[in-house]
Amino acid sequence: MSGDSVTKGTEDAAAAADSLVVLSNVNKHFGALHVLQDIDLSIARGEVVVVIGPSGSGKSTLCRTINRLETIDSGTITIDGSELPSEGKELARLRADVGMVFQSFNLFAHKTVLENVVLGQVKVRKTDKAAAEKKARTLLDRVGVGTQADKYPAQLSGGQQQRVAIARALAMDPKVMLFDEPTSALDPEMINEVLEVMQQLAGEGMTMVVVTHEMGFARSAANRVVFMADGKIVEEATPEQFFSNPRSDRAKDFLSKILHH
Amino acid sequence: MFDFLESGQYDVLGAFWVNVQLTFYSAIGSLVWGTVLAGMRVSPVPLMRAFGTAYVNVVRNTPLTLLIIGCSAGLYQTLGISLGGDNFKDIGFRLAVLGLIAYTGTFVCEALRSGINTVPVGQAEAARALGLSFFQVLTLIVLPQAFRTVIAPLTNVLIALTKNTTVAATIGVAEAALLMKEMIENEAQALFAVFAVFALGFVVLTLPTGLVLGWVAKRVAVKR
Ligand SMILES: Nc1ncnc2c1ncn2[C@@H]1O[C@H](COP(=O)(O)OP(=O)(O)OP(=O)(O)O)[C@@H](O)[C@H]1O
Ligand SMILES: [Mg+2]
Repeated sequence: MSGDSVTKGTEDAAAAADSLVVLSNVNKHFGALHVLQDIDLSIARGEVVVVIGPSGSGKSTLCRTINRLETIDSGTITIDGSELPSEGKELARLRADVGMVFQSFNLFAHKTVLENVVLGQVKVRKTDKAAAEKKARTLLDRVGVGTQADKYPAQLSGGQQQRVAIARALAMDPKVMLFDEPTSALDPEMINEVLEVMQQLAGEGMTMVVVTHEMGFARSAANRVVFMADGKIVEEATPEQFFSNPRSDRAKDFLSKILHH
Repeated sequence: MFDFLESGQYDVLGAFWVNVQLTFYSAIGSLVWGTVLAGMRVSPVPLMRAFGTAYVNVVRNTPLTLLIIGCSAGLYQTLGISLGGDNFKDIGFRLAVLGLIAYTGTFVCEALRSGINTVPVGQAEAARALGLSFFQVLTLIVLPQAFRTVIAPLTNVLIALTKNTTVAATIGVAEAALLMKEMIENEAQALFAVFAVFALGFVVLTLPTGLVLGWVAKRVAVKR
């Protein structure tokens, strides 16, 4: 762990009490590139963690290892007390408990919006179709795209597609939601409609790991900011501490580049 | 010049009907078999991938005539496998369909595999992230999208298959090519007329296939 973290004491207490996601000593390479280096991170139930850092620092990779879209070379990842299995049915079951929202939405292009949200419930959770549709419509209403239910993804704006993607993940009743730059592919005027949905989720107590450069969101919704650089967690702090008074030079340098206004 | 058609001696339509039936059963069979092969070739299980790759590379590069003679001489005459047929006609037909499926399946597999490559990886990742199994990801998300992009190449495979059914003549299946051979022997004076009839027959069989599937391809294209 980063020994100089100001919030370390409280974090460890929380981790011991009620950690939902725990990464310990995780390492990963892409060939010669050591993309995740001795990552230790625990995320408490209900906590919202924003991961921030320069391009190529390993933020997406970190996110993707949590539901094992990427394998790890060493270390352990546990979700709600059970370690991520390597393959097969067990892994699929655990993945269903981890919702993921991608930068490029990745809605199923050949299925309608409603079908996108119904699919996982019926095929993975074995919910009956009528109940799944009812729940899908409720979720779609909640994220504000209820009227688009019968359209295909390509007929929706980016902001609408991303909100459908959030509904699709929520339909599985996940224990934790991962967001990998959910607003980076969006036109500026659509960013807020997605952030509002995420804000609302955070307010309802959803455990969230969010890779984003949206400072506004980080300040208002995050409990903790994790700053990554070169495959390492360099700094962890509350949003106020991190943005107003970053301690590491890497973080200072990074913030000076993105907070130019 | 075309009197041989009126003599009632030759059942041209009946012979073409055999080609239609050969095409029909082989098309369904090779679509299924080709999909299974494609599934193997993209599967996470190394043994399946190895089998799929080896099978496709061997069978695709074997002349169809050899495969069909192999089915007849090897399976039936040597091993006595008759595929449930009880007379010479049925047995020959079924063996020919088997050979055609074994062969055409490899082309369906390769067409599908190229289609699978056009489906963005994010589609499969999103499906895996929901907790779907490999088989579910393949059958619910990847293949339905892959099929829509490969209708044109599959149409070519189907047209080739339609014409390849004439190879069944080598093991004595009474289809158009066999009848043509017989007619050429008997009606040597009308050689070109005989050719014209059979060539036209195949155009009549294949042209609508191309037109219909071209229309289908446009209808089902996935918008991104
Ligand atoms: N599949 C892969 N194969 C090889 N290298 C990869 C792969 N995926 C990512 N990398 C490399 O790993 C490093 C970390 O990538 P990652 O996508 O996690 O960074 P990131 O912090 O999310 O960056 P960005 O802000 O650009 O999204 C980069 O150098 C990237 O080029
Ligand atoms: Mg990234």
